[in-house]
Amino acid sequence: MGDLLTVGIADMKIGVGDDILITYALGSCIGTCLYDSTKKIIGLSHILLADSKVCSNDNNIYKFANTAIKELVRQMVIHGANTSRLVAKIAGGANMFKNSTLKIGENNTRAVINELKELGIEIFASDIGEDYGRTMECHASDGKVLIKSINKENLIL
Amino acid sequence: MSASNIEELSNFQLDALREIGNIGAGNAATALATLLSDRVNMSVPILNIIDIKDVAHILGGPENPVVGILMTMSRDINGIIMLVFEEKFLNVVIRTLLNKDIDGLNNLSELDRSVFMEVGNIMASNYLNALSQMTGLEIQITPPDLCADMAGAIMSVPASIFGMTGDKVLIIQEDFIGEERITSHLIMIPNLKSLNTILKKLGA
Repeated sequence: MGDLLTVGIADMKIGVGDDILITYALGSCIGTCLYDSTKKIIGLSHILLADSKVCSNDNNIYKFANTAIKELVRQMVIHGANTSRLVAKIAGGANMFKNSTLKIGENNTRAVINELKELGIEIFASDIGEDYGRTMECHASDGKVLIKSINKENLIL
Repeated sequence: MSASNIEELSNFQLDALREIGNIGAGNAATALATLLSDRVNMSVPILNIIDIKDVAHILGGPENPVVGILMTMSRDINGIIMLVFEEKFLNVVIRTLLNKDIDGLNNLSELDRSVFMEVGNIMASNYLNALSQMTGLEIQITPPDLCADMAGAIMSVPASIFGMTGDKVLIIQEDFIGEERITSHLIMIPNLKSLNTILKKLGA
């Protein structure tokens, strides 16, 4: 039996074998799941913000798209993953309040997509935007990602 | 002394914030009591400074369904103010005002939503009136915006605003106690410049 590992806000975890990584209630945040299907190594990052350079406090590299995803790749490679085999599944980036001028979800989405493009990692599937929260569950055994929301049917990426 | 993030606030400054929280929440409780034609008592407000990664846990767990009412503050103070209501609170409000029960948070009618936005608006306005009177600062708020969803997803909004300047979130938690004990959370997030403006006006 693998472990169930919870990824908090501004956090990341790596799983192997039968491990399951879960991050709860993504709102404007983004969950980025990377998977090496040959080695069955899975990684999940939960970022809060797009860019560390525009924030006065940038000491948690797991918090920002521009620093977290590079770090996730680096740690997965240490665990034996091969960068060229990694594929991404992303979820979140919602705009929770419709009239809000805070475009945090959109900014985060753009930043994560750019970052993955720069790293040369293909986005295999995504469930992004709109106005609802998502829980994301990532399975190391087959790379399956399950998305759960309050008002919607479960979705498999 | 100006703080450059929440973690740097002194005990004296925290006490000053707790005190405005107390007076503001008193006003909000009075407004709620008027609205519900009920005696509403309130607990001593708890000023929580918590890690961003733990914010959803104070609201019954990240997947607990709640309603958040968001308003944006402008003029002398910039930032957001948000009220978070759990289902029990919303049911008391709807039962009192409309004499019916709500059918789960994912089935809110337009009327339910309007009522909750108005309650949020009244409580936030009363809270900010107290702050305004104490500090002489002029504060304007936008019309309320509502989101019914998982607590964690709603809290990602204030978390991301606090996240730009630190790893902690400042939350004023208030229990309003009428016939039943109903809890609501008022989260006021002035930007750092505005927080320092408030503290300066309070002499802290």
